Amino acid sequence: MKTIGYIVQKEFKQIFRNKGMLPIIFVLPLLQLIILSNAATFEVKNIKFSYIDKDHTSASRALIEKFNASNYFNVITDFPSETLASSAMLKGEVDVVLEIPRFFERNLLKEKHTEIAVTINAIDGAAAGVENVYINQIVQAYNKKIQVGPMQPSNQMGMPKNIVTIPSFWYNKTLNYKTFMVPGILVLLVTMITLFLSGMNIVREKEIGTLEQINVTPIKKSQFIIGKLFPFWVIGMGLLTTGLIIAKLIFDVPMVGNLGVMYLYTAVYILVILGIGLFISNYTDTQQQAMFIAWFFVVIFILMSGLFTPIESMPEWAQILTEFNPIKYFVEVMRMVMLKGSSFIDILPQFSKTLLYALIMNGLAVWSYKKAN
Amino acid sequence: MSITISNISKSYKEVNALNNISFEVKKGELFGLIGPDGAGKTTLFRILTTLLIADEGEATVAGFDVVNDYKSIRNHVGYMPGRFSLYQDLTVEENLNFFATIFGTTIEENYDLIKDIYVQIEPFKNRRAGKLSGGMKQKLALSCALIHKPKVLFLDEPTTGVDPVSRKEFWEMLKRLQQKGITILVSTPYMDEAALCDRIALIQDGKILEIDTPEEIVKHYPKTLYNVRANKMYELIENLKGYEHQYSVYPFGEFVHYSDTRADFDPEALKQYLEAKKLTDIIIEITEPTIEDTFMELAK
Repeated sequence: MKTIGYIVQKEFKQIFRNKGMLPIIFVLPLLQLIILSNAATFEVKNIKFSYIDKDHTSASRALIEKFNASNYFNVITDFPSETLASSAMLKGEVDVVLEIPRFFERNLLKEKHTEIAVTINAIDGAAAGVENVYINQIVQAYNKKIQVGPMQPSNQMGMPKNIVTIPSFWYNKTLNYKTFMVPGILVLLVTMITLFLSGMNIVREKEIGTLEQINVTPIKKSQFIIGKLFPFWVIGMGLLTTGLIIAKLIFDVPMVGNLGVMYLYTAVYILVILGIGLFISNYTDTQQQAMFIAWFFVVIFILMSGLFTPIESMPEWAQILTEFNPIKYFVEVMRMVMLKGSSFIDILPQFSKTLLYALIMNGLAVWSYKKAN
Repeated sequence: MSITISNISKSYKEVNALNNISFEVKKGELFGLIGPDGAGKTTLFRILTTLLIADEGEATVAGFDVVNDYKSIRNHVGYMPGRFSLYQDLTVEENLNFFATIFGTTIEENYDLIKDIYVQIEPFKNRRAGKLSGGMKQKLALSCALIHKPKVLFLDEPTTGVDPVSRKEFWEMLKRLQQKGITILVSTPYMDEAALCDRIALIQDGKILEIDTPEEIVKHYPKTLYNVRANKMYELIENLKGYEHQYSVYPFGEFVHYSDTRADFDPEALKQYLEAKKLTDIIIEITEPTIEDTFMELAK
């Protein structure tokens, strides 16, 4: 016990003496949290909108005025012809071209039916999808207005009643993406820092030769490993705490659930990450190798965590793979506890899987750590 | 016997690092392992300090088998690797405390053993190990290797890259440690240090060439050895090498060590030969062979 205590003490001394490392551990992650949470938005704004109006009537102008009034669209210009419009699209000057055909107003009034053409730049597929939804919403709203306008006196009775959906977004009423992203990004930071630090730490001792000296001492494998990893566990928990404080103070993210549950889960989760880090460092000889391998796993874990893209929309084989992704569980638990107020019973499936993962990873790591070869 | 090594072999893929090595080191002996870089010295050290497992053969250190009793060995040996391997970002005192703690002891408990060495670096005890000079680093490393009062001390090239004064001091320290009953196995590429050991083993390409006391080893030199000197060193070596009866020619300080194939070698004939080659101030005199000469001869 005394030995472990001394190793822990030594590790902390080394961490706090490493002037280059301190800001990386404590300042950069929090900056990232603040910057990323503000920047990583799924909202699409400032869409460059243009139109070709072949009708030039009050109806067509009213439609364009609708777009003008929306704060998502910037009406850039109008084009006299499709050729000009498509060349502007090619140059990237506009994102959306709305084409209003001739007799737009006449058809709308007489035949109650007309068509407009919308061209969307879909290089960024996700943005194009969102833009399409916005355009549809505006056109529909316009439609309703037209219907209640000129058609009013004749046959209001015969008109089908409009079915209106009133969405109610539970757990995130205003669909505030920050509420959704901050817990997720916090997860990333805790994971990345603890994985990189633990992965590189033992390799560093290998690189500078101190491990050789340690290995001829009677110190036990378990003492050494616990002593080495415990400081990073503390750092991980510290990061979570600071991250939560920032989330509350700067982003005002609701914290509905019990913080105790969140800390309990994180305590086990960091063990998984430390196990992975130790495992990596056992099979590498330099910090560079360890860094690249850790990076490889982190990228896969992040992209398949459901943080940026929903897991439900992944192909089935990928969904099965995400079962082995610890970040996925952490993201789920963070969001469940913070936004939904889930209790320990609710997160039990994630908790037990993470615990099992921690046992397996650390078992493998300790088993593969050899003092002699 | 403090160290016994019998028929140890170790290969790394293609390279045969150690080839059927056997020798013994007596208790309290200062034993030198002399050989050039790549001879297999470090491999042997790593096997004896339980960091590496030999392919074949057996070895014991302080009575413990290196494979079966490796835990006991780790309690009873001190190892100083060739590369400085203490924590450079910890201070002198912190390093010493750290190693004392993981050996389950304290600095105070074994202070008398390291006192001679530690007093020299004590004024810098709050300095980080990375900021020490080469000689002081060695002293710190030796202190850390001694802090748990080991029975056997392994020193892998302790004086490589250390200045001559510190080297001399270091060997004096080893002599004092030996008097305290510690068995010391030391490796070095410097032949002059070999003469300071009780016994030495000459090792090359993973094989032991010779094991004996330094005095005996030089007696194995088969020829009479001559110091040859002339006004121009380079031409002298070239011409000696071109001499038809030459057996060996090695530069050695201001002289060239020369030996002849003939039993009835007449230095006067060589002098005439060299004079014919327009060399002047020629001196030829009989000299005692050194360990280096013997090594070069055996390594031929």
